[in-house]
Amino acid sequence: MSSEKRELCLSGSGVTKVFGFGDKKTVAVDHVDFDFYTGELISIVGESGSGKTTLVKMLLGLTGVTEGDISFMGQKRDIRTHRKKKEYWKGIQAIFQDPFSSFNIFHKIDSVLLDCINMRGGRRLPKETKIEMMTEACSFVNLKFEELTNKYPFELSGGQMQRLMIARIFLLKPKILLADEPTSMIDACSRATILDMLMDLRRETGMMIIFITHDIGLAYYVSDSVYIMERGRFVEYGSADEVILNPKAEYTKRLLTDVPKIHDPWEFSRNKRYDFRKPPEAADGK
Amino acid sequence: MGKIMMEVNNLSTKYVTRFGEGVYAVNDVSFKVEEGRSLGIAGESGCGKSTLALSLMGYYFAPLHYIQGDILIDGQNISGRKPDDVRKNVLGTEIAYIPQAAMNALNPTRKIIRFIEDVVRAHNPKATKKDIYDLARERFEILNLEPQTLQKHAVELSGGMKQRTVIAVSTILSPKVLIADEPSSALDVTSQKMVIKMIHDLMELGYIKSMIFITHELPLLFNVTDDIMVMYAGQIVEKGSAEQMIFDPVHPYSKGLMGSILVPEGGTRDIKLTAIPGTPPNLKKPPEGCRFAARCKYVKPQCRMTAVSFEDLGNGRGSRCIVPETELREVYGHEQ
Amino acid sequence: MKNTLRQVFRPGKFLAGFIIFAFILLLTVLYPLFNPGDPLAMIGLNNFTKPGTYVSVYDSLNVNRTFVFKLPDAAEKRIGSKLFPEDRETIKDYLTRLGLPEDSIDIDDTHDLMALWWNNYDPANQIGKTIAERRAYTALDNKLAGIFVSEDLEVLQYDPGTDEYVRKKMVTENDYVNVGDVANTIWLPLGTDNFGADMLKKLVSAIGTSLLIGLIAGVVATMIGLLLGLLAGYLGGIADDVIMFFTNLFTVIPGFILLILISYSIDQSRRGATTVAIVIGLTSWVWTTRSVRAQVISLRNRDHVNLSKLSGHSLPRIVVGDILPYIASYVVMAFILQISSAILAEAGLSMLGLGPKTTDTATLGLVMEWSIMKSAAHISGAWWAYYPVIIVIALISFSLNLMNTGLDQIFNPQLRD
Repeated sequence: MSSEKRELCLSGSGVTKVFGFGDKKTVAVDHVDFDFYTGELISIVGESGSGKTTLVKMLLGLTGVTEGDISFMGQKRDIRTHRKKKEYWKGIQAIFQDPFSSFNIFHKIDSVLLDCINMRGGRRLPKETKIEMMTEACSFVNLKFEELTNKYPFELSGGQMQRLMIARIFLLKPKILLADEPTSMIDACSRATILDMLMDLRRETGMMIIFITHDIGLAYYVSDSVYIMERGRFVEYGSADEVILNPKAEYTKRLLTDVPKIHDPWEFSRNKRYDFRKPPEAADGK
Repeated sequence: MGKIMMEVNNLSTKYVTRFGEGVYAVNDVSFKVEEGRSLGIAGESGCGKSTLALSLMGYYFAPLHYIQGDILIDGQNISGRKPDDVRKNVLGTEIAYIPQAAMNALNPTRKIIRFIEDVVRAHNPKATKKDIYDLARERFEILNLEPQTLQKHAVELSGGMKQRTVIAVSTILSPKVLIADEPSSALDVTSQKMVIKMIHDLMELGYIKSMIFITHELPLLFNVTDDIMVMYAGQIVEKGSAEQMIFDPVHPYSKGLMGSILVPEGGTRDIKLTAIPGTPPNLKKPPEGCRFAARCKYVKPQCRMTAVSFEDLGNGRGSRCIVPETELREVYGHEQ
Repeated sequence: MKNTLRQVFRPGKFLAGFIIFAFILLLTVLYPLFNPGDPLAMIGLNNFTKPGTYVSVYDSLNVNRTFVFKLPDAAEKRIGSKLFPEDRETIKDYLTRLGLPEDSIDIDDTHDLMALWWNNYDPANQIGKTIAERRAYTALDNKLAGIFVSEDLEVLQYDPGTDEYVRKKMVTENDYVNVGDVANTIWLPLGTDNFGADMLKKLVSAIGTSLLIGLIAGVVATMIGLLLGLLAGYLGGIADDVIMFFTNLFTVIPGFILLILISYSIDQSRRGATTVAIVIGLTSWVWTTRSVRAQVISLRNRDHVNLSKLSGHSLPRIVVGDILPYIASYVVMAFILQISSAILAEAGLSMLGLGPKTTDTATLGLVMEWSIMKSAAHISGAWWAYYPVIIVIALISFSLNLMNTGLDQIFNPQLRD
């Protein structure tokens, strides 16, 4: 990979997060280094308790960094005041796991989208322009703004809510999007829609997406590079094919053997498996 | 063909909400499970698969209500019995049920052996402590669980261990059917594999005669069960062997579901995920015709008119679609 | 909004509690309109007067006679009362002179006495009597004849404007008179207490004051609890540690003891109802703080709060817009319970003699205290002095708790549809 030409977007060195003091001390993220480049799609794979959510919060500036530095667009990140934080958040945004808890159930859907327009400096735009922008954002995610306006979040399904979250990102057009398990709470059938929309968004705006997931199959499917996280550390990283098809770290190897598969052998399987490229007719000859 | 361990005929149940509305969560479900085989039930959240698991125990408590149908365990009808009767004579010896959060059901102040005593004595009040302990110890050793676990409290065990212990405890009387509702979904993949290994051992060693395994994770289901049924909006839409269902689904809904499988193996990056737009129907007022019609790519006008019956396609397969199998296959072939 | 209201009133429990509470509240508002005046005023009746309607003897009649209603032998007694003892002596004297045996004449038996008189008195046979005696007998005979003619009585009402008694009605002596026509009557449905004050009036006024105490104490406790809970929960860190230190301190010291100490240290002359209410509020915020803090901590980590931060919202806006609405239902429920417990706390304090000063207001606790003072009410069997207060306190507490559990049914997501 020719990393010379690529623009460094988000990088960290020795990023650490410690909770508690003394005996109760837990190191959630332990001296993590990373370099993420503009336009990349990165997956951070880890099981529950691996510290990936804490890392996301640190990257977003929602929680402090105990030790180490995070640089944004080549400069050391400075988010000490509310104004600077606001400026930083114009460049980095997130989609969370649970669409049902991502919305304030007391606010109408419009207010979520209006916040985004205001944040992009569109506070003084005429009302018609604002509605036009919201309509455009909704149509990008296959929703009709006319049907959503004046509605409350609980009137939508999980998939629709998550699409609305993407519409929000569409309006904000940040440089970096942190997607924290955006598909784990929604049905398999809606998952493809959400993923497609994220890919479209990336193509359109050239944003970098950091995909956080526990589903190693999903990470392999969507990302360019994969970071495997275990107990607060990156145990392995590299391009998706390298890491998944040719794992080096013990943890990655174990993870990959333990995940149930359908074509490759799996230890306790009761069923025959078929070569992926064979036509289905061959499979039916039982 | 083995002996039929569990047979369910036209089972329908409903929930009744606080305002008296019925939610028809299980509608006209029929299937058979033979001895030594396992049946998987797949479906999205809210399709009624967990309700089906509860209904299969023949044990109804508010807000779940029985409407119709028979449940036969080894030829013996258990539906419509009194809860007390079911608890004493069915649960444990005939059916064991493991819900997703089973591991949190253990009272943290009691030792594991006490739970086993409870289960055994519910059916055989005269069993001595020694007999029970010997039985438990033997079973735990066979299942690769440390016999010392018996003297421990639930809080001393990790999540995966707790779940395996619960399974060992609830199958101590060698039930004819094990109903496992997402038994490993809350665990990490390594613990999940251990749980699956244990269920596999139980089946192989004949401690459970048959199993019904419910999950939304299709790759897992493929590896655990022999047959798979796909459920949608309270109905079974397709059933068949695991291989057939995963690699060669017929019903448009199963086709979409199987098209969303992602596993970390070569070739995964080349597939195109299928998306099914829309949301499942409201089960308070299910549509007249095919329940999937509103989201189906191949919908025809007559789909919305009359209810679609479950058609046997031979070879253990069946599907609930009015479009003939050959026609569907032709359409699928064109798409590739 | 309409739907929310409909949902709030759907559970029977809430509705039942609400109706009881509304009835009590309405009573405190409406009763003083129909029956104005100082509730503590001592009316001219004795201590612990039985419930009933009382007629002022002095003001109702212009004559100096006992006005008796509905006595079975009223006629005879009335006549008897008009026959003065000297008249009776005169009759006896006359009869003995005629030669009747003295012991056959009973001057107390009006009926017999008069019968004897009419049988034996002969105006023509006046031999051996002085002229003065003859005249006296004739006058007596005339008087006895006149006794059977009933007199008219006047019902008067005092008109303070003209300083005169105005005639309201004329009644004959042997009539029954409508209570409504009698000028100065008092209806005492619950009798009077040991000070001779109208119990019902006092009770109604006490309910009003107690509800006000509950409201003030509830508002104070809820405001403090909410503010501290929000700060501790949302800010976390040192702010949380400091606030929780004080909260734990207050938790460990029993609130009621603290209440007693504070009340005791305030001089009784300065302990008004409001002061007591504020003191109760200041000692009962602890549990609200703890539970609000716990809820805020779990909300703080919810994604919608994170998203709100990422949208650049300021801290006050997040607290007011994204956290407060979620805990509002809980706070309302806590507030209702605070009112109920404050009313009980006031009752407890007053029974210990540490309540509001006794001279200008009545509270439920004070009414209780007065009635149990030296067990006077109980000893004299004056149930009306303490049962109504007990029932009212129980009803207020019961209705508020009913509303609270009713609201729980609405707000608890497990019970929601």
